[in-house]
Amino acid sequence: MEKKSRIWVYITMTFGGLIFAYPFLWMLSATFKPEMEIAEIGLMSANFSLDNYRVVFNKIPIGRALLNSIFVSSCVTFSAVMFGSIVGYALSRLRFWGRELILGIILFTMVIPFQITLIPMYILMVKFGWVDTYLSLIVPGMISTFGILLFRQFFLDIPQDLIDAARIDGCSDLAILFRIFFPLSKPVIITVGILSFMGSWNDVLWPLIVVRVRELMTMPQMVTLFKVGGQAESQISSQLAAAALLAIPIVIVYAFFQRYFIESMATTGLKN
Amino acid sequence: MSMPYVVYFCIFVAFPLAFSFFLIFHKWNIVTPMEWVGLRNFNRLFHDIQFFKSIRNTLVFLAIHIPLQIAMALFFAMQLNKKIKFRGFFRALFFLPVIVSGVVITILWEQLYSYETGLLNLILTRFGFYRIPWINSPEWAMPSIAIMATWKNVGLYIILFLVGLQGIPKYLYEAAEIDGAKPIQRFFYITLPALNNTMLLVVILSTIGGFSLFIEPFVMTGGGPMNSTLSAMLYIYNQAFYFGHMGYAATLGFFFALVILMVILIQKKVVERE
Repeated sequence: MEKKSRIWVYITMTFGGLIFAYPFLWMLSATFKPEMEIAEIGLMSANFSLDNYRVVFNKIPIGRALLNSIFVSSCVTFSAVMFGSIVGYALSRLRFWGRELILGIILFTMVIPFQITLIPMYILMVKFGWVDTYLSLIVPGMISTFGILLFRQFFLDIPQDLIDAARIDGCSDLAILFRIFFPLSKPVIITVGILSFMGSWNDVLWPLIVVRVRELMTMPQMVTLFKVGGQAESQISSQLAAAALLAIPIVIVYAFFQRYFIESMATTGLKN
Repeated sequence: MSMPYVVYFCIFVAFPLAFSFFLIFHKWNIVTPMEWVGLRNFNRLFHDIQFFKSIRNTLVFLAIHIPLQIAMALFFAMQLNKKIKFRGFFRALFFLPVIVSGVVITILWEQLYSYETGLLNLILTRFGFYRIPWINSPEWAMPSIAIMATWKNVGLYIILFLVGLQGIPKYLYEAAEIDGAKPIQRFFYITLPALNNTMLLVVILSTIGGFSLFIEPFVMTGGGPMNSTLSAMLYIYNQAFYFGHMGYAATLGFFFALVILMVILIQKKVVERE
């Protein structure tokens, strides 16, 4: 590359980087500033304090919401990996009546927009008596059709010899899956895990619909209601502090596993 | 071993689907008994000016969001495709808003957009421009939300384009260069056609995302000003959970899903032809 165009690339990239980084830095700095100083372009202030965070912790049980979110997302992730791999194994490695039919159904369900089942799903939760319980947050997310497809795709490439050898040793299908396939499947486990976790962690619409009691609210839901429900009393800084608290856990995880996040999310590209 | 899926499918896919066909012919607020109303829900839908406005708003969102997203994602992907230092760092940075919750992004951008105290207007006035009523005027509000959504999602599409770009064989560019093709020509005759599949993917993914637009207007504007950011999802949500019109909301969801499928089919046809 010529020198001139190289410099040009660095200039545009730095500018682009600023567009993405600066708002976050600005938000973080604003959460430590008094409300009066929010109308500033710069990041520094002589009056940094934790007051805005104190307001958030005093007004909403955000710690509890964090625990709820961790619990719900972990259950969803664990179960999506478990069931995804079990069903993916069956669809890729077992011969049984109706296999093609199930595969067809899975592909078909991926085309259905969720808008059509949203209201009936809510009514189902009401009829099951699951509204305002963890069950409504967890159970509908326990199986990920996309996860099943990813596992199936990955398992198709594992050599049949491994299965045959294990069968001779008297292994059941579940034993083959968990003892032989799992150690080979780290990439797809990570991908399905991250996709399920992010999907569950960031979902707001569904929790808003099925959970109304504060004790069970997920973290994004609670921050949303803190902002919309007027509890923030139009204190901009404490709204931003609540938003920062919501962002921090996932940003920390992202900082360590950045590569996995990007690779996993990029596989959503395979969806179609 | 595929039983878990079969059970799940029956309860959480097949039943809700069948139930939605049932609901659209009923009037119901969950509390009182259901009432058969035949096609009256549809009759009401076709006279519901607000609903069509909300669909129109959603389409306005898409019309701004998709081209902007493609242009920005393609631009940055092409920069990242060059041999530069800190590539991984920039990639990670662009991707950061993708993993952060939409609620955070919306609360943050509401402040960036604030008329009096927002960062954007502060910068504009610093350079001698007028303030823009980003989310305070019906004309600007939806475009502003579309810009924010682009900022949030573009990292994902940069990665998708990057994957596509890396799949283009180098010799195509070398051959074109020998034939004397200018960079612009190389872009239009090699890069763009080779990215056709990625393009379709990006368009469809952002369309699906755009049609689900909910939390951004819910948190930022509540659908205002003057219903200009009332998205279809927000309208359906309000009908169901604010007014308790379950049957009607199910009808709206049903109709809206058909609109979505139709739009995606059309997009597929158009992109595939080009």
